[in-house]
Amino acid sequence: MTVKHVRELDRVVIRFAGDSGDGMQLTGDRFTAETASFGNDLSTLPNFPAEIRAPAGTMPGVSSFQLHFANYDILTPGDAPDVLVAMNPAALKANLPDVPKGATIIVDTGDFTPRALKKVGWDTNPLEDTTLSAYKVHALDLSGITMEALAPFDLSRKDASRSKNMFALGLLSWMYGRSIDGTVTFLREKFASRETIRDANIAALKAGWNYGETTEDFAVSYQVKPAAMPAGTYRNITGNLALSYGLIAAARQSGLPLFLGSYPITPASDILHELSRHKRFGVRTFQAEDEVAAIGAALGASFGGALGVTTTSGPGVALKGETVGLAVSLELPLVIVDVQRGGPSTGLPTKTEQADLLQVLYGRNGESPVPVVAASSPSDCFHAAIEAVRIAVTYRTPVFLLSDGYLANGSEPWRVPDAESLPVIHPNFATELNHDDDGERDFWPYLRDPETLARPWAVPGTPGLEHRIGGIEKLDGPGTISYDPNNHERMVRLRQAKVDGVAGIGDLEVEDPSGAARLLVVGWGSTYGPIGAAVRRARKAGHNVAQAHLRHLNPMPANTGDVLRSYDRVLVPEMNLGQLALLLRGTYLVDVVGYNRVRGLPFKAEELADVIMEEVGAL
Amino acid sequence: MTAPVELGRPGLTGVPTTDAKQTKKEFTSDQEVRWCPGCGDYAVLAAVQGFLPDLGLARENIVFVSGIGCSSRFPYYMNTYGMHSIHGRAPAIATGLAASRPDLSVWVITGDGDALSIGGNHLIHALRRNVNLTILLFNNRIYGLTKGQYSPTSEQGKITKSTPMGSLEAPFNPVSLALGAEATFVARTIDSDRQHLTSVLSAAAAHRGTSLVEIYQNCNIFNDGAFEILKNRDSRDEVLIRLEHGEPVRFGADGRHGVRRNPATGSLEVCAGDDPGILVHDATADDPTQAFALSRLADPGTLARSPIGVFRRVERPAYGDLMSAQLDEAAQTQGEGDLQALLRGNDSWTVG
Repeated sequence: MTVKHVRELDRVVIRFAGDSGDGMQLTGDRFTAETASFGNDLSTLPNFPAEIRAPAGTMPGVSSFQLHFANYDILTPGDAPDVLVAMNPAALKANLPDVPKGATIIVDTGDFTPRALKKVGWDTNPLEDTTLSAYKVHALDLSGITMEALAPFDLSRKDASRSKNMFALGLLSWMYGRSIDGTVTFLREKFASRETIRDANIAALKAGWNYGETTEDFAVSYQVKPAAMPAGTYRNITGNLALSYGLIAAARQSGLPLFLGSYPITPASDILHELSRHKRFGVRTFQAEDEVAAIGAALGASFGGALGVTTTSGPGVALKGETVGLAVSLELPLVIVDVQRGGPSTGLPTKTEQADLLQVLYGRNGESPVPVVAASSPSDCFHAAIEAVRIAVTYRTPVFLLSDGYLANGSEPWRVPDAESLPVIHPNFATELNHDDDGERDFWPYLRDPETLARPWAVPGTPGLEHRIGGIEKLDGPGTISYDPNNHERMVRLRQAKVDGVAGIGDLEVEDPSGAARLLVVGWGSTYGPIGAAVRRARKAGHNVAQAHLRHLNPMPANTGDVLRSYDRVLVPEMNLGQLALLLRGTYLVDVVGYNRVRGLPFKAEELADVIMEEVGAL
Repeated sequence: MTAPVELGRPGLTGVPTTDAKQTKKEFTSDQEVRWCPGCGDYAVLAAVQGFLPDLGLARENIVFVSGIGCSSRFPYYMNTYGMHSIHGRAPAIATGLAASRPDLSVWVITGDGDALSIGGNHLIHALRRNVNLTILLFNNRIYGLTKGQYSPTSEQGKITKSTPMGSLEAPFNPVSLALGAEATFVARTIDSDRQHLTSVLSAAAAHRGTSLVEIYQNCNIFNDGAFEILKNRDSRDEVLIRLEHGEPVRFGADGRHGVRRNPATGSLEVCAGDDPGILVHDATADDPTQAFALSRLADPGTLARSPIGVFRRVERPAYGDLMSAQLDEAAQTQGEGDLQALLRGNDSWTVG
């Protein structure tokens, strides 16, 4: 038996890559689950094509899952993999440019036939020429070994080779000292009704582990100790799951039944799937005939006293625009979730971007102000959802909640909050007549609360408060149709003032440990992690840098202008061409500098750190 | 005319009722009605306001939702809850309301442009789902609010502002469309026939699921006389077919015409009133074929031989009821939701 060494590491980035049908997302998910329960901090980046099954073995069909785990708190899924697991030539070729020299590459050689190589444009076998000479390469016939291990099972070659992802998972689990118990349980449940498949997958998983343990190919395994985290109960969570839970929690905290109207769209569909599973919480989900019906039904439910929510991505927001305008006019609570993806048009359905900010703010006819809340990390989607609901219900207004493809599918450990500690949201339904008309009491649906400027929410079924509302301009107070010029101006300004006056959003907080920074980096949404990691790098390199992150994009915190003006230079990195920068310049007359990338991928910390240090250097 | 069979009103099950006597006035809002003088909408408004007290529902549990168009101003004139929404979307909005509030009687007011052009998709899907709604489709075969362009029900060749040389499109037959969209209740009536209108409204309200009522409604400004042959005392008996469930389909003076099935082609044709093969109308037939064939009798241009009355009235579970049943079942089999357990999940770990 070989003597095995264990080497300790602070952090590791692993990328699993294979064909769309190779089960890379599942492999990544399972490795993540074991890593999470081991106690490492982690961050994940699934990256998959929009095609469900692009032709096998081609570059467009490559699907990957990157996982960064560490013994300290980390903020991003990692810039570049330390270990690439490539299940075929296409996966190797597509991912090689991202792998730094010296990194480890584990390749399944099973599919390295002349034909497969040719498919991706390799005339010679990269395993035999110098292509990989700068890497530590483990070339293994994973497919072959898996099929051998599964010989006792009554399986076709095709079915047996499908378990090679579990073999790879077992091997990597051994390499990094992860348990495979959770995955065994998972496989038992997942394939409960298909015994052979279940047993074969478990056998492949264990064979992979044993392979690492016994062969001389792998002389070293690695240990990444658990990260020190605040005491509490933790779980791993993706953005879409956290957002779904946030909506369920907000419904409970407001006492309103949740109604989701949605039309399937990547990368938002998982919220529809998730909420559909929670009918026991009184959640009604409605898969509509189109985006317009989805938001229409949600608004209809809101009129009836439900918490109306619609979930979509950028193209869906475009279609919903007119109904959002109606909700602005009706002044009813409504949450519109935009899980942003690369645009314009169909764009990059499975890739991330944050280029819908101006669309959600301004993509409607007329003066149509809508509050906007943006989540900053996968787990933050939970709290951002509750905040969006709070604003929507308190101010009787549609609210946009922005997430994106990176947050939606990425995951991180989450300290599970105490459900009893969540904020309570008060719907304060109107039940009484609210106006005196020459001694006669009546109900004015547009009589505003002097503090919030919100109108009363009187739901059908409330006797005596029968009223009609609509998209035509309404007379301030009584809410009847009015074409009066001065009334229109008044109503436009009232709706704007109501949104401008949304309270409870807090100040924009600046993090600057040195207290001496002259450069401020401002971001919003999912760039929180990469910006934070980049700022850390710059500080480690001896630079003073301040960081601030906007959660509320409309209205922005009251001190935003003061904060911006107190730095010599303000850098705004965005995954768009400068949308927040435009707002900050226009609103606060501060000459902020943008750093903009639209590659469908989150920023890399190293790249951003370089930009930050350049900016500091220029001061 | 035979009296309608009182079958109870499953469409209103779950909606609170009142013992207090209601009047038409109670259902009339304080808003001045602003349709053109002579508009057919007035008659429908009066019929609805006059008929609602018969249902004895708590007024606060009635909601009218409309889209955009002349008829869509309707909710403003009803002293109930109401929403005047956006063009074509009323069925979608009403779906969310009705599916989440089984205690409401939800009515959709729409027109031929609103329901069949911009909102066509929502209409067919509401019908397919069988949401518990009553949809009143005011068909005047013209765009009125935008001042006189042809609509999806205008006869081909229609000269309008946007079609000076005549429209090029074949019209929809709303009843045929609804039947094709799996509607469980489809009827047609005429604005000027108060008694017929009221009887159809009553049957529509009683139906559980989506009831579609097409109302031939005259626009006296932009399409005056569109239904004149169906209304004129001299012509109407010869061209208007009154459908009665369980009765032979006869029309013309003294019922001298009838409708029978051509055994060779399977389609319907006009025959003598005393033809032994005369068709007996069965609105409750599961198979919609006969109802569809009846809807095809009308000439798409002149509307001669238009059947009115209830074409189809069949039972199928309503969407909201099925949705509520799933919620109940989930709560029963899995227990009420426990938020803390949900948040914790199955793969949690503890630190410290």
